[in-house]
Amino acid sequence: MKHIIRQVFHSGKFVVGFCIFVTILLVVIIYPLFITDSPLAILGQGTFFPPGIYVSTFDSINSPTTYTLDLNDAAAVRIANKLSSDDRLAIKDWLLVAGIPEDQIDITDTKKLLDQWSSNYDPKKNIPGMTNAKRNYFVRLDNSLKGLLSAEGAIIATKNPETGILEQTGIVNQSDYVNINQVASVRWLPLGTDNFGRDVLNELVKATVVSLQIGFVAGIIATLIGLTLGLLAGYIGGIADDVIMFITNLFTVIPSFVLLILISFSIGQEQRGAFTIAVVIGFTSWVWTARAVRSQVVSLRNRDHVNLSKLSGHSIVHIILTDILPYIASYVIMALILQISSGILAEAGLSILGLGPRTTDVPTLGLMMNWAMIYQAQILGKWWAYFPVLLTIALITFSMNLMNTGLDQVFNPALRD
Amino acid sequence: MADEKKLCLSGSGITKVFGIGRQKTVAVDHVDFNFYEGEIISIVGESGSGKTTLAKMLLGLISSTEGDIYFLGQKRDISSQKKKQEYWKNIQAIFQDPFSSYNIFNKIDSVLLDCIHMRGGRKLPYAKKVELMSEACSFVNLKFEELTNKYPFELSGGQMQRLMIARIFLLKPKILLADEPTSMIDACSRATILDMLMQLRDETGMTLIFITHDIGLAYFVSDSVYIMEHGKFVESGTADEVILHPKEVYTQRLINDVPKIYEEWDLSTV
Amino acid sequence: MANVMLEVKELTTKYITRFGEDVYAVDHVSLKVEEGKALGIAGESGCGKSTLALSLMGYYFAPLHYTSGEIIIDGRNISGMNPDEVRKSILGKEIAYIPQAAMNALNPTRKIIHFIEDVIQEHELYITKKDIYDRARKLFETLGLPAEVLQKYPVELSGGMKQRTVIAISVLLLPKVLIADEPSSALDVTSQKMVIKMLRQLMETGLISSLIFITHELPLLYNVTDDIMVMYAGQIVEKANSKEAVFDPIHPYAKGLMGSIIVPEKGLRDVKLTAIPGVPPNLKRPPAGCRFAERCKYVQPECKVHSVDLRELEGGRTYRCIFSEEQLRKAYQNG
Repeated sequence: MKHIIRQVFHSGKFVVGFCIFVTILLVVIIYPLFITDSPLAILGQGTFFPPGIYVSTFDSINSPTTYTLDLNDAAAVRIANKLSSDDRLAIKDWLLVAGIPEDQIDITDTKKLLDQWSSNYDPKKNIPGMTNAKRNYFVRLDNSLKGLLSAEGAIIATKNPETGILEQTGIVNQSDYVNINQVASVRWLPLGTDNFGRDVLNELVKATVVSLQIGFVAGIIATLIGLTLGLLAGYIGGIADDVIMFITNLFTVIPSFVLLILISFSIGQEQRGAFTIAVVIGFTSWVWTARAVRSQVVSLRNRDHVNLSKLSGHSIVHIILTDILPYIASYVIMALILQISSGILAEAGLSILGLGPRTTDVPTLGLMMNWAMIYQAQILGKWWAYFPVLLTIALITFSMNLMNTGLDQVFNPALRD
Repeated sequence: MADEKKLCLSGSGITKVFGIGRQKTVAVDHVDFNFYEGEIISIVGESGSGKTTLAKMLLGLISSTEGDIYFLGQKRDISSQKKKQEYWKNIQAIFQDPFSSYNIFNKIDSVLLDCIHMRGGRKLPYAKKVELMSEACSFVNLKFEELTNKYPFELSGGQMQRLMIARIFLLKPKILLADEPTSMIDACSRATILDMLMQLRDETGMTLIFITHDIGLAYFVSDSVYIMEHGKFVESGTADEVILHPKEVYTQRLINDVPKIYEEWDLSTV
Repeated sequence: MANVMLEVKELTTKYITRFGEDVYAVDHVSLKVEEGKALGIAGESGCGKSTLALSLMGYYFAPLHYTSGEIIIDGRNISGMNPDEVRKSILGKEIAYIPQAAMNALNPTRKIIHFIEDVIQEHELYITKKDIYDRARKLFETLGLPAEVLQKYPVELSGGMKQRTVIAISVLLLPKVLIADEPSSALDVTSQKMVIKMLRQLMETGLISSLIFITHELPLLYNVTDDIMVMYAGQIVEKANSKEAVFDPIHPYAKGLMGSIIVPEKGLRDVKLTAIPGVPPNLKRPPAGCRFAERCKYVQPECKVHSVDLRELEGGRTYRCIFSEEQLRKAYQNG
């Protein structure tokens, strides 16, 4: 046994797959220990906030200490943030129409450009061929540029609750800074938020756990059913074999995914928990395990060591447990790994069709894909809503298949090099 | 002498049919036999003659389609697991391929311990069991101390087959069925295996049934010989009768086709 | 003196294992086969007889590697030749090889005649199918094989017929030396006899000049060959003519091997079979002295010190032992 395990870990493919899988497992185990927020809590008012660190504006203003930093490029960075190169080109277009010769326009010279803009821009003026959207764009641009070059600070005013008059309580200068560590409320959203405004990373970790659970439950159910039926059919033979193989063949010719869809649909949205889905997947995917186990057992049944075990007076249970199972154990473990990864994929497939577990309990990888698809994340370019999910599914199934190939190389002498 | 011989295993009309309908094949076709106690019997046949199927029926590993087998004058009853276990205390086997005869996950100790347990020695103190196992191993020229905690596949083919004999030594069955026990091992080890089997028979007085395709081996070891062709016994009798003076055409052909060294081998007959 | 068809001088070949260890499976083997003679090679499994057969072809592929020595076929030295060259001009024409399970090498989807066309067209470019067919039919008739076989698929033939067909195909180009490695071991006795008969026919009709026959079944070997060479652990331990080798072996190992022969003949029941205890040495680490010393009944301390050379007796008989012939014979008499 030790020897076999050592051999397994000598297989490069297995080790790589194992490392990826264990890393994923460790992440999904350790992450919830530190981040205890509910994965389905809605944080954002709005859809698809991009990844980043969110700092409370109110808390920044009311930060206990402010620091004055004289940074040379602060103004330039601020301007660049508001006035992108696309905006500059749009300004140039306007100025050209307004009759300024091209050689006098320098889009890199921000001050001159803004001067020319403020003296030439007229919201009522109409450029031939200009769309409504473009007109609105120029209005927006004009508003955002106001005060861009001013060195004045911003005034903070609070309303006097008695008089209702605004009173100046402070001023925020352009050179005022707060330390992000001293701001009371900061939230890092490494993968942004999804369509409901939920933290994608938090959701992803929980979804991975649930999907793995679904995969394991489905895989173990499928393998157990397949193993039992295969052992019975193979070892007992005769009529038992014929009956079991008849049922197995029936299941083989019905595409299991279609069966899965029909069963999920008939259960109904409200009854479909994650566990129910796992059981349904398990009950529809045992066929190949059963067939494979049966054929292995049939060839083992006639081997001399089984005959010898019989002659030693061992019971059928003993023979199956000690003389048959160990010989097919490696095969069954490989089948289990494949079943787990295909269980995860089957859940994702079902959920994308809207037939996955009900959406109110827990997220699954499939459900996350489903939500991202419904809210058109892929069209809007909100990659953080679906790409990490895809990557997780791919990594899980890839690592499991890699482990499977590695095991195959160890246990199948024909593939050994 | 002849009237003193006691029937050990006999059968009449033993038939085994595999498959149903059009795929029906008759592997063993109404064979009759009388094996006497203490005899060495050879069942000789080419591959596909049904000799291994017959062996499995004798062992009770598969049931016969027709016919009854009588053990010590009584109809053999192996209808339940318990009765089978009782029967298997009396009949044991050595198989052709030593490499597939052992469970590769079980250690040699457990192979031998199984035999002690089967002989009712489950409650013996461990030291006594070790003593029994060492005795069995030394009978076949193996050292138990070297084998303990080893796996059968770490041995050579000849050693494995000897371990099989050690098993029989512990079990002391009334009948030993040896299915091509030497065909997978080298000629030099063959003599060792045969010697040990003969010695074991002399000590225990067991009945020895050889299943073989090697007519030379059958002649060398056995008292009576049964020649099998297409599931039927075509000729039987003492070894000298059958092999030196064959009556049936099939037997004659079989003996003719085996290479000779003392006499001229007539190649013109094929 | 008859024409020497195959001469091997001190041939050594080795296997290189996955772990880079060298296993010398053929260790300084010298032999000579004269025209019209058949040489038999005997020994237990793992003694290097099949490796010797492979090595004799001069065509090496991993893990088998050529180390040293010469192979001379009809005066032409082929050792150290480029493998492609060997395949083109030696294999099939000068030397033909029938491996153990040759009959399973036939592609089941092609007719027998197609294999024959392949072989002949490889060497004679401008030959018509008609000519090939005529030639094949003539050969098959000479060897007593029905010509209908040519138009059949391998699966339609019995094992014995397939094996004989493969042998017939291998002698199509009239090789000088045929190496047959256990050509009959997977067959029933009747087919085996037919194969043996065919090998004798090949020699008698002159289709091949000499034969090297390898088998672990000594009665077969005795019936086919003129000389028998006994191999043990990669070395030759005895070489003599068939009769002497079987009935009067000198080397203790050959003695043991010949003493284990069982044939269904009168008087055999009274013969005591000899048994050789133990297992052959591991060729990764061969013993320094005589390789058989560990299992030999007559072993002396000096046996294990130095490697033992072949001794040659009158009449070309050789054996590898430190004792003289008389000493050994005396030892055998005393048991």
